[in-house]
Amino acid sequence: MSNETKYLAGRVTAGGMSRREFMGRAMAAGLTLTVASQLFTESAAAQEPKRGGHLKLGLEGGAATDSKDPAKFLSQFMFVVGRCWGDMLVESDPHTGAPVPALAESWEPSADAATWTFTIRKGVQFHDGKELTVDDVVATLKRHTDEKSESGALGVLKSIKDIKTDGDKLVLTLNEGNADMPLLLSDYHLIIQPNGGVDDPGASIGTGPYKMASFEPGVRATFEKNPNDWRSDRGYVDSIEIIGMNDATARIAALSSGQVHYINRVDPKTVDLLKRAPTVEILNTSGRGHYVFIMHCDTAPFDNNDLRLALKYAMDRETMVQRILGGYGKVGNDFPINETYALFPEGIEQRTYDPDKAAFHYKKSGHSGSVLLRTSEVAFPGGVDAAVLYQESCKKAGINIEVKREPGDGYWTNVWNAKPFCTSYWGGRPTQDQMYSTAYLSTADWNDTRFKRPEFDKLLYEARSELDEAKRKDMYREMAMMVRDEGGLILPMFNDFVNAASKNVKGYVHDIGNDMSNGYVATRVWLES
Amino acid sequence: MSESVDTGILPDQKEPDLSYRDRFPLLALIIQRLLLSVALLFAVSVLIFGGVEALPGDFASTYLGQSATPQAVANIRKDLGLDRPVVTRYFEWLGNAVQSDFGTSWASRNSVSEQIGKRLGNSLFLAFCAAMISVPLAVGLGMLAVHFRNRIPDKIINVLSLAAISLPEFFIGYLLILFFAVKFGMATFPATVYDSMTFVERLKAVALPVATLVLVVLAHMMRMTRAAILSVMSSAYMETAELKGLGAFRAIVRHAAPNAVAPIINVVALNLAYLVVGVVVVEVVFVYPGMGQYMVDAVTVRDMPVVQACGLIFAAVYILLNMLADILAIVANPRLRHPR
Repeated sequence: MSNETKYLAGRVTAGGMSRREFMGRAMAAGLTLTVASQLFTESAAAQEPKRGGHLKLGLEGGAATDSKDPAKFLSQFMFVVGRCWGDMLVESDPHTGAPVPALAESWEPSADAATWTFTIRKGVQFHDGKELTVDDVVATLKRHTDEKSESGALGVLKSIKDIKTDGDKLVLTLNEGNADMPLLLSDYHLIIQPNGGVDDPGASIGTGPYKMASFEPGVRATFEKNPNDWRSDRGYVDSIEIIGMNDATARIAALSSGQVHYINRVDPKTVDLLKRAPTVEILNTSGRGHYVFIMHCDTAPFDNNDLRLALKYAMDRETMVQRILGGYGKVGNDFPINETYALFPEGIEQRTYDPDKAAFHYKKSGHSGSVLLRTSEVAFPGGVDAAVLYQESCKKAGINIEVKREPGDGYWTNVWNAKPFCTSYWGGRPTQDQMYSTAYLSTADWNDTRFKRPEFDKLLYEARSELDEAKRKDMYREMAMMVRDEGGLILPMFNDFVNAASKNVKGYVHDIGNDMSNGYVATRVWLES
Repeated sequence: MSESVDTGILPDQKEPDLSYRDRFPLLALIIQRLLLSVALLFAVSVLIFGGVEALPGDFASTYLGQSATPQAVANIRKDLGLDRPVVTRYFEWLGNAVQSDFGTSWASRNSVSEQIGKRLGNSLFLAFCAAMISVPLAVGLGMLAVHFRNRIPDKIINVLSLAAISLPEFFIGYLLILFFAVKFGMATFPATVYDSMTFVERLKAVALPVATLVLVVLAHMMRMTRAAILSVMSSAYMETAELKGLGAFRAIVRHAAPNAVAPIINVVALNLAYLVVGVVVVEVVFVYPGMGQYMVDAVTVRDMPVVQACGLIFAAVYILLNMLADILAIVANPRLRHPR
């Protein structure tokens, strides 16, 4: 079964798809009528979603400073809040990461991928009863792309040159071709609001499955079912309550005492204890987030590729995943992409801990004396422990690492992207192009490894406008190899998203897009009594 | 606190033309204290402003964190006027603040006064509930301990209250959660309170945090009560009271307690101030939306208007409670009531 049909079957099992819709899409995906019909019956019998009930989530990340304006969403708390009440033009497939229609019904690129035409869905109502029009979409995108905007999506949208309508279609003209344009519109800030939210950015009126009933920043948000939702495959519970819980122990206590149904950010150190609770289920999903040790390729002594290779071979990745992530993660291969990305280049040899090779390259580099590594607890959870572990594994290769613990306050200003060797983390990006453009393009502001290679930049731009997927995949492989073998990135591990729910929460979708079922957790699950 | 009590005790000063200060010592003290408080608040606001400025990273970059684009950072800076000199910004803020306009939060763009109104209400509610239980309990237990001094009840009271104060407050909180919320399911957790709650629901919600706070502040007040009363007990008039046939408990309540009240009031005031401003940890553990949590959130992103307003309110609570303690001590002390 292909990924696409697997996903469709999953949607049926989750109760989110009618027979007609399933058959149409499954046959489009290449299945015969009989097979599709049989698959539908099997999947539908697997699990029937229950409607109703009051779902309570206890989430880390909320703060009194949270703004209700989607352009300014930052926290995990607001990420989920926004997904409850709003829709984007495009969503990403939870299993393949490919773009799937949401408020945009379909889209069509020009041959050079520089002009995109989106057909906007008809018959969708905002919570205030207004009909969604293409003008609302244009106003929303204009608000987020305004130079004066403080939108968190400004970065992903800056390639848009012009936003206009063509009848009831949306036409985006880009500065250059970008094959990923639809996926970029799935960014969680880009909720379509009536008149773009210009009149009242924080009104929280959208087209989503739930209407906001109350909101206290950092404390609590409540939602009621939107009876006029345009989709039937989501929004199973009647009402949602999201409580801000920034204390890890408080979240665990609330879940195990049955006060909430779902919590995020379970500490890997305590996850085994939580597992013992009979009513609790651990939900871990592979993610794109990764923990990194970064060297500036243009600063001595790290301007020597042999030293960089030595430091890469001296990293004991397996131990890192076990000790720092408690096993909830995957080893990294020194390029920032893993299999959760569309067009992931498979089959690149896994770099492993090899003290001999490390010693060889270290000797060849001619470096002597210790290497200063800066770290902090804010770099990533366990950042200091990881640095000390690394110090140990380097010692076996004859490399002396000096670990300097920096204060967490101001780490992102004074150390990260400023000092030549430090620990840090990266969250995922929606596409490979975005990840590389953000941190590996010569001119990127956040090129935190000072990786400046004109041939890499050229490949990146070429791949961006390449509509042929096979060609594009080859380009991404070449880029991955460059970063892996010549870059300043040591990537020991990709961290899983570790969440937990009580066992009566059903229908949880492990979405590779982002944490908490890509933020859709509250709209996708139902409660078994 | 004590030095002003001393300046009040000037029994030999019998000038014929009494100054205003001498005739109304209490009033003069209050006025003097109020003026001093205002000056102190100014100093506090300068300190906070300077402190937040000195922290690495400004609002725009910290607020956006790793997801900041240079353009977005520049926009925020310009929007909030962060590109102007520190002194200008401080006096601008001060100018608005003295007109009781604390501005809007940089992060959420909500009115600071409105936000603080809610949070302060929550904090005061928690502190009030804790005080209503802990103060009478502490003083009562202190008297009981004196009554049974060096006997079993005294020792039990001492050991238990010292044990409670020796444990970190978050640990007490976790223990209470573990037993009363998770194991027995008797208490409400999390203790989040919100507008649509009824009063009874609110009381239920704060039960565990209040219990934690009571355990934390109990020992301090109880021990001070015990010590103060014991020192009075060794004085001559207590012997007289005993000789004229008063029962021990009556002697403590009628004669010892009023004389011992000054130090007790001071300790109580200190603990009350702590209950309002020092309970961040308890708020976090119990997910309670109070002032402490609000201020910590604001400091994390350098949200200056909120930090300033919270800092001033905390300082004001401390100053006010200390002043109240001084005044009550003077009122309770007969020698100070009649300075001539």
